[in-house]
Amino acid sequence: MSKYFLNYLDELESEAIFILREVWAQFENPVILFSGGKDSILVTHLAKKAFYPAKIPFALLHVDTGHNFPETIQFRDDLVKELGVKLIVGSVQDSINNGRVAEERGKNATRNALQITTLLDTIEERRIDCAIGGGRRDEEKARAKERFFSHRNDFGEWDPKNQRPELWNLLNGKHFEGEHFRAFPISNWTEMDVWNYIKRENIKIPSLYIAHEREVVWRSNSWIPVSEFLRLEEGEKIQKKKIRFRTLGDITITGGIESEADTLEKIVQEVSAMRKTERGDRSDDKRSETAMEDRKRQGYF
Amino acid sequence: MHIDNNQLLRFTTAGSVDDGKSTLIGRLLYDSKSIFEDQLESVSVTSAKKGHRGVDLALFTDGLRDEREQGITIDVAYRYFTTPKRKFIIADTPGHIQYTRNMVTGASTANVAVILIDARHGVIEQTKRHSFIASLLNIPHLIVCINKMDLVDYSEDRFNEIIGQFEEFSSKLLMKDVRFIPISALEGDNVVNRSQSMDWYQGGTLLNILETLHISSDINKIDARFPVQTVLRPQSEEHRDYRGYAGRVASGIYRVGDEVAVLPSGFTSKIRSINSGETEIEEAYAPMSIAMTLEDDVDVGRGDMIVRLNNQPEPTQEFDVMLCWLNDDAAKPRAKYTITHTSNEQRAIIKEVIYKIDINTYDRIIEDKELKMNDISRVKIRCTRPLMVDSYRDNRNTGSIILVDENTNETVAAGMIL
Repeated sequence: MSKYFLNYLDELESEAIFILREVWAQFENPVILFSGGKDSILVTHLAKKAFYPAKIPFALLHVDTGHNFPETIQFRDDLVKELGVKLIVGSVQDSINNGRVAEERGKNATRNALQITTLLDTIEERRIDCAIGGGRRDEEKARAKERFFSHRNDFGEWDPKNQRPELWNLLNGKHFEGEHFRAFPISNWTEMDVWNYIKRENIKIPSLYIAHEREVVWRSNSWIPVSEFLRLEEGEKIQKKKIRFRTLGDITITGGIESEADTLEKIVQEVSAMRKTERGDRSDDKRSETAMEDRKRQGYF
Repeated sequence: MHIDNNQLLRFTTAGSVDDGKSTLIGRLLYDSKSIFEDQLESVSVTSAKKGHRGVDLALFTDGLRDEREQGITIDVAYRYFTTPKRKFIIADTPGHIQYTRNMVTGASTANVAVILIDARHGVIEQTKRHSFIASLLNIPHLIVCINKMDLVDYSEDRFNEIIGQFEEFSSKLLMKDVRFIPISALEGDNVVNRSQSMDWYQGGTLLNILETLHISSDINKIDARFPVQTVLRPQSEEHRDYRGYAGRVASGIYRVGDEVAVLPSGFTSKIRSINSGETEIEEAYAPMSIAMTLEDDVDVGRGDMIVRLNNQPEPTQEFDVMLCWLNDDAAKPRAKYTITHTSNEQRAIIKEVIYKIDINTYDRIIEDKELKMNDISRVKIRCTRPLMVDSYRDNRNTGSIILVDENTNETVAAGMIL
């Protein structure tokens, strides 16, 4: 006699597939926001399952800050080829060149906030009506209130106080010309769930997540990788360490942790013993208590 | 950790800041070791700034900027924690009177409602409101936490008195499984750890009950309902003739070879194959997302429902629902709305408001028929075409609808079919 209930990973998978199919059914021109991080890789993997044996019907949209890990770009290009999907690149460098945004100045300058303009411009130019993201509610307090289908007005802004109620499995993606939606199929997953699932399904991930030797400097409590964009400050010195990254963002702001976890098995073990949240190593979230909410209101991921 | 058979349990918490709801959630997260060091550090700093003694557990559930400024929860927020037995999703909803709509939203997918009562005040209007909504949304299990027991000397008599109050008013409600637990969220009694001060209570702690409740039967496994979301047509060499109907099983069980009917057309066929992702499977049950193919080439599309031949829902064009109004703009008489039921979408009008319900007294109001934000009423809805509906009591997934305003695209009402 079989059991007639799902375990939690199967239930999360089923929910995510349901949402991805709803996006396909309700929107004209949806894309997957692809950063090369594990969450967007997971969403892409789930999309493959959702539409099998048909191909993934969404293009991947990568907002390229120009401050990438070379590994991420290689991974992205290989995946696009393997899946036979279309890749759209929105370039922050282009936005800077044609004067849409100005490079941040000062010590902790990053291109993180600049992505918002590039993303919204790309959405407008390409007439994208739904951008599927790998955002999870456990990541950050502003994300805890995000809906599966999240409405953006014609300026791309999120109004957390005026969200559409979302009941049962009834998703309302109706919108006017110029507005768009963000869809978050893995809203209910935690970092642990993502890793357990990646391990179970043996999903390919960039080598950056796996412990490796790298040149780094110690800054704001984490190991920042050495790259052509890094300016050494007084007292900082380059060291070689065995590290891995818990999240992947721009190479300029993503801090690694010292780790010996060089297999998926070991990563799952390491993550379950972690005592800090994964975004704790991201300097973009440390700027103020409401840093994420403020960026999200403007149209951030 | 053995996670293979661990289930997912969704629960909603109702109560206001004063009942200690945020403290309770904070306590659950803290004592189940689901709080990370950097979160603890940030909350400790804020607690000290506000002059609290120790760590203010309520701050763990603090969300958006406006809330922190006003000190209230303004929307549904979701929290997660995992124990070796289950994964939990908390829909944390505010308890203020104006936020019925958020409670309804949070309750719609919950297996369990946790209701908080302040032991000093006993059952108050808000308790009745929350219990009514839990019963209306047919949440399978209800856990009533009598909180702040430390402030009534951990008195067994007081606990029993409040149970009495609760049972008196709740006899009018439809509830299957109700439990009472005496707790102190602030001191940690009977939340995760057993209380040292209430030997007279022999039941489980809140976490223990959440971990062991029988929830496998919460989804209807009898009536097979499969709403089609989209049709998969790969048109590749390898799968030239493949035509898969993709969707999530709303209820019941399907097996390869089952005789099925496609509604509303009524065409019949047999299930040829069922796929879960790349894997072919023999049977599928709710809430699995699958794709199925049929033996015969029948016309099936989004909005259709594939059901078992010998167990079919009633296609009806006019039906009664308990409707909760969710929008600032009141319902317009005779206005047309888009009605969404599973993957099906039609147009509908509210033909008649039969009565409204006073959710504090449960009285029927027949004089006032205007549907305003947070109103709950029994209405008659008429659709342009028949929907394949079940009653909400039998089937949450095929017994629920939403109404969307065609002028604003907003979701203005949620309904449970009677």
